[in-house]
Amino acid sequence: MAVALDKLSPDLREQRLREVEAAVARHRDKPGALLAVLKEVQGILGYLPEEALKKVSQGLELPLSQVYGVATFYTLFNTRPRGQHIIRLCESAPCHVQGAREVLEALKRELGIGPGEDTPDGKWSLELVSCIGVCGVAPAIMIDDQVYGNLTPDCIPGILASYR
Amino acid sequence: MRFYRAHVLVCAGTNCSLKGNRAVREALIREIEGKGLGEEVKVIETGCFGLCEQGPTIVIYPEGVLYCRATVEDVPELVDSHLLKGRRVERLLYREPTRPVAVQTVPELDYFKKQVRVVLRNCGIIDPDSIEEYIGQGGYTALAKALAMKPEEVIAQVKASGLRGRGGAGFPTGLKWEFGRKAPGGVKYVVCNADEGEPGTFKDRLILEGDPHAVLEAMAIAGWAIGANYGYIYIRGEYQLSIQRLERAIEQARRLGLLGQNIFNSGFNFDVEVRIGAGAYVCGEETALFESLEGKRGEPRIKPPYPTDVGLFGKPTVINNVETLANIPPIITRGAEWFRTLGTEKCPGTKVFTLTGDIVNEGLIEVPMGITLREVVYEIGGGIPNGHKFKMAQTGGTSGGCLPEALLDVPMDYDQLAAAGSALGSGALLIMDDTHCIVDVARCFARFFLHESCGQCIPCREGTLQLYHLVDGITRGTGTRQDLELIERLSRTMYVAPLCPLGQTAPLPIMTTLKYFKDEYLAHVDSRVCPTGTCRALATGHAAD
Amino acid sequence: MKSLEELEKIRKQAQEALKVREGQKPVRIVVAMGTCGIAAGAREVMTTILEELAARSLSDVSVTQTGCMGLCEQEPLVTVEKPGQPAVTYGNINAERARRIVAQHLVNDAVVGEWVVATKR
Repeated sequence: MAVALDKLSPDLREQRLREVEAAVARHRDKPGALLAVLKEVQGILGYLPEEALKKVSQGLELPLSQVYGVATFYTLFNTRPRGQHIIRLCESAPCHVQGAREVLEALKRELGIGPGEDTPDGKWSLELVSCIGVCGVAPAIMIDDQVYGNLTPDCIPGILASYR
Repeated sequence: MRFYRAHVLVCAGTNCSLKGNRAVREALIREIEGKGLGEEVKVIETGCFGLCEQGPTIVIYPEGVLYCRATVEDVPELVDSHLLKGRRVERLLYREPTRPVAVQTVPELDYFKKQVRVVLRNCGIIDPDSIEEYIGQGGYTALAKALAMKPEEVIAQVKASGLRGRGGAGFPTGLKWEFGRKAPGGVKYVVCNADEGEPGTFKDRLILEGDPHAVLEAMAIAGWAIGANYGYIYIRGEYQLSIQRLERAIEQARRLGLLGQNIFNSGFNFDVEVRIGAGAYVCGEETALFESLEGKRGEPRIKPPYPTDVGLFGKPTVINNVETLANIPPIITRGAEWFRTLGTEKCPGTKVFTLTGDIVNEGLIEVPMGITLREVVYEIGGGIPNGHKFKMAQTGGTSGGCLPEALLDVPMDYDQLAAAGSALGSGALLIMDDTHCIVDVARCFARFFLHESCGQCIPCREGTLQLYHLVDGITRGTGTRQDLELIERLSRTMYVAPLCPLGQTAPLPIMTTLKYFKDEYLAHVDSRVCPTGTCRALATGHAAD
Repeated sequence: MKSLEELEKIRKQAQEALKVREGQKPVRIVVAMGTCGIAAGAREVMTTILEELAARSLSDVSVTQTGCMGLCEQEPLVTVEKPGQPAVTYGNINAERARRIVAQHLVNDAVVGEWVVATKR
């Protein structure tokens, strides 16, 4: 799991926040760079804590309300720490008619959590998302950046095991 | 460039990469090197072939033999037999469901016979990471030609071609460019909309993965035509491979001076930047996309003013879909008249469709506008698998309408599908057989819009929620005839009241299922029966008459 | 990129290399590449032919290989097939001879009689 910022050691915390400031500085002069900055910050911290959003707000000279508004609008941003791996299951129609419901059941069974939840060990998060654009091989899931397609419930244990 | 006696093309589209194409490609290279054929045989990663269901696909030239579903274990035999001994590996050849014998080569396939590849001209043929191969196929000559023309002449040619926006709205591209050209102001932008989020659609991803330079070339032509020197490609964050390919293509084009300063000594400067989205379907709407590019929440703007007057950063902006842009270079090089020989009078050209659901050949096809749904489903798509019956096709993705079997002969273009109460939209075709419950699928559509509504305007925010609850209730056995009336009344409001097309189209898929499959809804509300047994809260079986 | 000529140059080069993907060509060169052929030097003959075709921009020729023909004694064997002409098989070919076959037989249409082992209609 991404470690919450206030749980880091003071040194590490300082270091991470400096990295955040550097990322903000790199994009300062680009018009409309907020999404790119938040993506980088999430890459550094694993999520977007309030403190980081404040740094972004100051660095880009944007109101904190706008920064928070953007951070909560897009599904790829998280304002709380999530599991080490995020599983995104497509629930749109092409995947739905090809058996996404059964794949979801298998994921719930294997992980012991439902959509929007994280496993207690911080290893996994499960999300339902709209179309991820691989409908030719529906039903599909994404684990972090990796896409898996043509799934059946039987595929799930093997895929999860490859992350252990 | 070196000469090789054989080229082995391995599909590197995302769909095939899910089926282990990378491992197969690496095994091929290892095996070819191991057999000492490295000097004679070249292995190339190429864009999607369209036959996603059959992946990973491999084509070996000069014979053009198509191999399907090859695994790493098959590689030694492929190399030993085909490349070393010149014998085809029968068991890996593509088999068409309608023919007993294996199909040997690419042009023989029924799948390709009705296809006309304009947009996909290079997909599956060139190495998308090689600008030289793109140029070898005639790439960037359209840009050279356009730069020798007056901007007004370029616009006139695009107008004459009759090209209409392939993102879904079908607005005439030449007219849009003309508005952009005539808008006052020194700074203008070209934006490529690659925020493909319509469920069932993956054409833009495959175009960008297979032929990224086509889009860059077209953007530069658009820039010259309207007087813009900078372009943005807004692409969804999930499309990792497309992003990589685009970044590489931009670097290569800059290196050869096909992007940058004084292109072809014309005095014209143009450069392109990729911007990555962060997950929001609504950002495919053009003004929401501008908001997102400006670093804000992707909430649509009120129109007018239109983007060609007040667009990105408040400047005049021409925004085109990936597929629209990919049509531009051939229109410039081959002319408007040639383009008009394809498709229908009001919708010239081709359309890329993505076939998904219960169909034998799931994947990507390009056909002339005006082809019928029946031809696509049965002749190109190979029909419905597992002996089931066709039930319905949804055209245009989740925001499109559902058509029953009686409408299979409707010609598919913007106007004729709209007249049939559906939409061409992005070209997604979701085929469903008779094992699926229509209400359950309608619930899935409603859930999508509820999830993706940006929440800015009330008719959409509340309307999508109420629609979902109404349809959900029917699948749970609590629906009534009154609910069906409510759905219709709510839909009438939603067709007109929301701010942007997301809310305005949300009722369409649900209303078409209600129109064409009313009996099935009635079975759910009157008899509490789900005829297909999909809705678990209800009884299974056929409703009593 | 400053001129159309510059673009044309890249295009021509790339186009030649891509021609192999346009399908079977009327003219074919078949190199026997069984174990015996390779042991006798067929690999070198093959690469020489490819280099020679590239140097002369003869992209309308497809080069394929085949297994052992049974004439191991005469390896490496090279067969040239041109439309409307009998297929000619040459024996005991090395890199030098391969170059001459390309120059004489392919370009000038003159069969190199001294190395012919078989002709077939």
